[in-house]
Amino acid sequence: MLHIVNKSPFERNALESCLRLAADGSAVLLIEDGVVAAASNTRFGGMLADGMKRDLKFFVLSHDAAARGLAPERLAPGVETVDYGGFVDLVTSHDTVQSWL
Amino acid sequence: MKLSLLVNEGPYTHQASDSAYRFARAALDKGHEIYRVFFYHDGVNNGTRLAVPPQDDRNLSQLWSELAAEHELDLVLCVAAAQRRGLLDGDEAKRHGKDADNIAPGFRISGLGQLIEAGIQSDRLVTFGD
Repeated sequence: MLHIVNKSPFERNALESCLRLAADGSAVLLIEDGVVAAASNTRFGGMLADGMKRDLKFFVLSHDAAARGLAPERLAPGVETVDYGGFVDLVTSHDTVQSWL
Repeated sequence: MKLSLLVNEGPYTHQASDSAYRFARAALDKGHEIYRVFFYHDGVNNGTRLAVPPQDDRNLSQLWSELAAEHELDLVLCVAAAQRRGLLDGDEAKRHGKDADNIAPGFRISGLGQLIEAGIQSDRLVTFGD
């Protein structure tokens, strides 16, 4: 399953809810303000690290990260970047897609 | 693959309309089919032809209309959401005794059943919203 989170964890608990309920091995795509969660050295870094331990894969929409001043070197280790084409590929390669609004 | 999009947010609330538009473009570029884009809640504000944003700002209604013309997209505004927000096509304007309609080219007004049907007919339904 692909989970899409579009809100910053500083603003809402969408990512927290998503990670609590996502099955091991799922993919999580961070878009819009959700990309903030992938910044290294925030108090949410542990959430991503814990998720990676149970095989969650994290992706960040590069366009939205760049728009928020998040250069690739500022992203937490293990997070992959995708462009809109990669976003489409993530949607088509997973049987189900859930947006956490 | 056959994809449908649900857009729940207007062009000036946050970023969801832009994300949906860019996703649709990328999907079409990759050769996928967009079966339908359903606009619900404030998302119906994407469908007005009377918006006049500044010239250096993107005009989402126009961008959707152009994309629809280019790829024969089915852009559907939820009728109840549209009526609440003053978005009417010719038939609805006449039915409610209004003196104008304001639906952008390429959009049509229909019911929530169109969203359910899009979910059934498409391989994926992707939600964009606030």
